[in-house]
Amino acid sequence: MQVKLTVNGQARSDDVEPRLLLVHYLRERCGLRAANVGCDTTSCGACTVLLNGRSVKSCTVLTVQAAGQDVTTAEGLAGDGEMHPVQATFRAEHGLQCGFCTPGIVMAAVGLLAENPHPTESEVRSGLEGNFCRCTGYHNIVRAVLAAADANPEIAP
Amino acid sequence: MSILGTRVLRTEDPRFLTTGGVYTEDVVDERLAGACHVHFVRSPVAHARLRSVDVSAALAAPGVVAAFTAADLAELPARKPPIPPLVSEHMPQPLLARDVVRYVGEPVAVVVTEDPYQGEDAAELVDADYDPLPPVINPVAAARGEPAVLFAEAGTNICASFGDAAQLDAGLFDGCEAVVSAVIVNQRVAPAPMETRAAAAAWAGDGRLTAWIPNQGAQETRDAVAAMLGLDAAAVRVITPDVGGAFGAKFGADAEHAVVCWVARRLGRPARWTETRSENLVAMTHGRAQIQTVTIGGGRDGTIAAYRLEILQDSGAYPTAYGPVLPGLTIMMAPGPYAFPKTEAVARSVVTNTTPVGAYRGAGRPEATAAVERAIDLFAVEIGVDPAEVRRKNLLPRFTEPHTTAFGAVYDSGDYPAALAAALDAAGYAGLRAEQARRRAAGDPVQLGIGLACYVEITGGGDGGDAGPAENATVEVHADGTATVLTGTSPHGQGHETAWAMLVSDELGVPVEKVTVKWGDTDLIPEGGGTGGSRSLQQGGAAVQQASRELLEVARQRAAEGLEASAADLVFDRERSAFAVAGDPDAAVPLTALAAAERLFVRAVFTAPGPTFPFGTHVAVAEVDTETGRVVLRRVVTVDDAGTVLNPLLAEGQRHGGIAQGAAQAFCEEVLYDADGNPLTSTFADYPFLSATEVPSFELADMATPTSYNPLGAKGIGEAGSIGATPAVQNSIIDALAHLGVRHIDLPASPQRVWQAVRAAKENA
Repeated sequence: MQVKLTVNGQARSDDVEPRLLLVHYLRERCGLRAANVGCDTTSCGACTVLLNGRSVKSCTVLTVQAAGQDVTTAEGLAGDGEMHPVQATFRAEHGLQCGFCTPGIVMAAVGLLAENPHPTESEVRSGLEGNFCRCTGYHNIVRAVLAAADANPEIAP
Repeated sequence: MSILGTRVLRTEDPRFLTTGGVYTEDVVDERLAGACHVHFVRSPVAHARLRSVDVSAALAAPGVVAAFTAADLAELPARKPPIPPLVSEHMPQPLLARDVVRYVGEPVAVVVTEDPYQGEDAAELVDADYDPLPPVINPVAAARGEPAVLFAEAGTNICASFGDAAQLDAGLFDGCEAVVSAVIVNQRVAPAPMETRAAAAAWAGDGRLTAWIPNQGAQETRDAVAAMLGLDAAAVRVITPDVGGAFGAKFGADAEHAVVCWVARRLGRPARWTETRSENLVAMTHGRAQIQTVTIGGGRDGTIAAYRLEILQDSGAYPTAYGPVLPGLTIMMAPGPYAFPKTEAVARSVVTNTTPVGAYRGAGRPEATAAVERAIDLFAVEIGVDPAEVRRKNLLPRFTEPHTTAFGAVYDSGDYPAALAAALDAAGYAGLRAEQARRRAAGDPVQLGIGLACYVEITGGGDGGDAGPAENATVEVHADGTATVLTGTSPHGQGHETAWAMLVSDELGVPVEKVTVKWGDTDLIPEGGGTGGSRSLQQGGAAVQQASRELLEVARQRAAEGLEASAADLVFDRERSAFAVAGDPDAAVPLTALAAAERLFVRAVFTAPGPTFPFGTHVAVAEVDTETGRVVLRRVVTVDDAGTVLNPLLAEGQRHGGIAQGAAQAFCEEVLYDADGNPLTSTFADYPFLSATEVPSFELADMATPTSYNPLGAKGIGEAGSIGATPAVQNSIIDALAHLGVRHIDLPASPQRVWQAVRAAKENA
């Protein structure tokens, strides 16, 4: 069926299978491969993107459900030649290693900070509970999110 | 001032953060144009005779290109276990199950489709007929050959033995004032890298295979794929895309990788495969899986006289992975950092109808540390002496000349008492004990526990032959001021792009951001040992430094010729990356000019005299609710001495990740099977993967005792965290309940187990 939506600011119209998951649409049809598939039970969050500014797991959204809405992926977060403040603090705090979970966690963090611009460490940990990372032990991810909150009073996607 | 030892931010990060890494599933390459997709059909039963596999209905499904079973793969021989005769030669693994299935998840067929969704649909139409056999799930029974023997031709389920239990010294503990013994389980866990396994394969007209496979060392993966396909290694090119974590489980290649390559050849069309997480949790190798019997004895003053470790290793269904030989490393490290007068260790490895076991972060060494650290706590509580004091009394004293243990390990350098003292100091040990005493006196339902673990581990072992473990690197400086490094290591999160660039920059004055590091293409880099066993910096990094230094000498000779000066009179100016004549700074020859005249590169092989032995102490602090069994990990304080640190940012990241994985094994994660061999933890909804809410921020204290085994002074840091943290956290949970009479809780110390232990202790009181 035909679906119209906006991806990283660009209007699109595509013919998709009704069962096509948003993450597969983004990866295979849009060529946006930052979001990854890390599980099949909506547990790991590697596929997290923003839907109208709120973080969602794109493995659990059908493409047709995103019709008429704005999707933002990690590729759409950075400005011209400049990383988004959350991306920048992930680098500054060494908040990533293998990188597989990273685009999803960054999007979850952006969504978290949009809702709660000045979270405590505990709130960051709770907010990222649905995003798994096997490399960092979460230590530097938490620091990166807190640093982003400290450095940027107004974080918008 | 040298850049070494400074917190250089990772050069690889911007692409990971903005466009994402290019993992195997992301690879876009013209050689893969029009690729079909391979979907594995896996056994739903643990042990059965495979009567038939009918793919005819699947072949008729939409989008299906082909379907294959073991009968189609008859030309490919079954995999033989490694290291004969240590590991039984009579337990071969067919690439697709033939006649018998031996674990849930074993591949029995493949369907090949135009797109992956069609593969999921068609796989359900494959009709396999299973005639159940008795499932062998309990390794203790398996060792007795009960209820069945998995491989009739072997006649036993024991696939490897280390030492002979019948030869153990009956008088080992004679004269001891106190002897404690316990059976402890080092449970089976899933490596679960965030990126699952995958492959993409394309054959060229000349019969040569190019395979993109996530791995830890392309050269070993090439050799494994070639062996399974019956090809010369020269006919296979392996390319390593970005790799989304590995943790020991992506070394070499598995049957699935070879089958994907075979499908591409058979169909004359490129083929791709990415496994789902549910497949990954039952079909990628698992880790640990030991049952250990520890016995420890000594004087009531805390002096330990003897220690014995008996190991039963569950190797899973096929001994083709690393599982059967894990106890070899456990035995080598059995006495850990302690000066026990007498230590004995023996092991047997058995096959069971479960997922094969392989290497997982630490691979045999965490099991050794967990056993001895648990034994020491059991002994300490038995004699009523503080566990820190028992450790202090028995640690090897500081040494600077190599120390050879009873098991033949040669510890290169160490100061174990200093690591213990530093960790206790950083944790505020006395204050923690005082807080614990207050809570005990008050009868607080939430008790405080303090757990210790001292460790020493072996890193950079490798198999460099008689000369010692080795690695190669090529460094080239280009006329445009950039440099390229080719390395035999294989980063998958460790940050080699940054670290190797730092080494080149430090020697040659090329800015870090102008150094490109390449790895994981076997045509470009035919030799290499990959990344595992915490070997990369101490051997691969040392090779980069050595190649850079040798390149500088080549350049010095060329510069001398150009300047018509004596090479000895030339001074290298790192700021300008140029040679100058002493006393005449204007007469300078930059490396770029030399590279413009003639390619300027050197390949070097660094050979270490042996493996190195990093060490440390972890202190864990846990709150345990005696009424609900809930455990909250409050603090983990660690001293991890891995010699000289190249980049503290990267080293700390390795420690954080290791600590979390170690803690996860202590109180969260476990792979479970029911009595019939059905996996109970085959999705991330069931497998209790550690999340951010279950661990605190970690407290790292620094200590650096350099090794003389490489010019960097570096030992391995990749696995230390996972080695120390598991027993420290486990000990903290048990320590919180020690005053109630709780002596041991098996891993993972889940709320249920904790609650049961408290209840049992109260009933016994």
